[in-house]
Amino acid sequence: MIDPDWTGTAITAARPQAVAALLRYFRSLDLAEDAFQDAALRALKTWPVKGPPRDPTAWLIMVGRNAALDYVRRHSKQTELPPEETLSDLDDAEADLVERLDTGDYRDDVLRLLFVCSHPDLPPVHQVTLALRIVCGLSVPQIARAFFTGEKAMEQRITRAKARIAQSDVPYGVPSPAERADRVYAVATMIYLVFNEGYTGNAKETEARAPLCDEAIRLARLLMRLFPAEPEIMGLTALLLLQNSRAAARFDGNGEAVLLDQQDRSLWDQRAIAEGIALIDKAIRHRQPGAFQVQAAIAAIHARAATPDDTDWAQIERLYRTLEQMQPSPVVTLNRAVALAKIDGSQAALDLIAPLAEALDGYYYYHGAVGMFSRQMGDVGAAREAFIRAIACSKTLSEAAHIRRQLDQLAAEFPADRNFSRDV
Amino acid sequence: MHYAILCYDSEEVICAWSKEKDAQVMHDLGAVQDRLVAERKMGPVARLMPTTAAVSLRKGRDTLVLDGPFAETKEQLLGFYTVECDTLDEAIEAAKDLAAASGSAGCFEIRPMMIFIPDRRTP
Repeated sequence: MIDPDWTGTAITAARPQAVAALLRYFRSLDLAEDAFQDAALRALKTWPVKGPPRDPTAWLIMVGRNAALDYVRRHSKQTELPPEETLSDLDDAEADLVERLDTGDYRDDVLRLLFVCSHPDLPPVHQVTLALRIVCGLSVPQIARAFFTGEKAMEQRITRAKARIAQSDVPYGVPSPAERADRVYAVATMIYLVFNEGYTGNAKETEARAPLCDEAIRLARLLMRLFPAEPEIMGLTALLLLQNSRAAARFDGNGEAVLLDQQDRSLWDQRAIAEGIALIDKAIRHRQPGAFQVQAAIAAIHARAATPDDTDWAQIERLYRTLEQMQPSPVVTLNRAVALAKIDGSQAALDLIAPLAEALDGYYYYHGAVGMFSRQMGDVGAAREAFIRAIACSKTLSEAAHIRRQLDQLAAEFPADRNFSRDV
Repeated sequence: MHYAILCYDSEEVICAWSKEKDAQVMHDLGAVQDRLVAERKMGPVARLMPTTAAVSLRKGRDTLVLDGPFAETKEQLLGFYTVECDTLDEAIEAAKDLAAASGSAGCFEIRPMMIFIPDRRTP
């Protein structure tokens, strides 16, 4: 006897492949979604009674396709429906379909579906929303809750995004290897966006958005199963697993953010860490470095350190240097400076980031870092100035509160400094 | 006789479990394992990471390390139990209890073991 949950889980697991195949048949996201919905409802009724089909995905595609064909026929010709028996007698048809749908078909179908959701015409937040709705199958209220918007507004956003897709050219042909590689990277970036949507924000927001992190990891696993020899996809999955492993330690009981070196490492999810490390170890063997792999390798070094003092900062600094070459960005350099400070001291870090002052002028973390390095150098005036700037740039109350504590500590360390008589 | 109970199921479905569902299944399986331990039948148990985390070593004159196994099949080897039972029937009974607790579809393969070295590591 199967667990009643089993049907639900099997439907969820089959969803990306089934919707993707239905999209290829009908070339309409709405029709593909409705067809899948219909098939899922029939599965919920049939499977617990008749037992699960040999291939749940093929069953859902078959039933969904027939249901949607009915719908199309009804609305185009108003002709009579085929008898129900032709639908329910699926055994041979299913086997036939499994024969025809080899892995290659599935792979390009699912990639197309993911790629449609990562369409460059869509703003990033719409990409994320569409992927959550169509690929992951989250309900509109679930997504609305994660984005703190009303259901109606979310419904409209999804409708608009779908309309945009319908107008653009969705490539239904078999992609060339180069096109396939481009799509894989567009999709990987979109998956990372989904994760970041779930990972950013304060404690309360993060709680509501945690499902987005889980969905992003599921999508990354899906992509990795489709392209199991792509080191960057291993890197992406490793990165998400390693970052998410710290979820339970990121906020304290009052909802205040806890910095990496102050986190209670016993709260880190060791299972996720072990898998993340296994994946990055495997990816590195390919010797095709990429930005996701480098970031995952950095996260893995933090994850391997039993205490903050065990962190291999020299290796982290080298990895950030590599990342700087791959994706030059002042933020990456700022991160390298934090590692450099641990090896060569705060002055070296300050020298490294001095040229970034203009580029990162509005960036909270830049001023926070300058404040921290200056304080370590005993330059109270510069530290104070930088911390005040950081508060001005803070986007959340908890960021501002964190810097205020830094200022309080500074005042306690250097009580003679008369500048502290002024309120901040 | 020592038997290996090899657990096959769809990785895709297992990876779609929520954390709560996963914890519940592990808890239920743990209860059966505890009973088998009390009956002194239970040997080492392993749950494997997804096949996507694995590499394969092709044997030959030059060994070759490859990604995978690439799953061509619908079900993957997800883990195994080892049990020591007097008869195959007894091993099948143990597997049946574990299967009921797992609440999942998939398949258990019960394979007699030729060599069994529980732990060669020195403490």
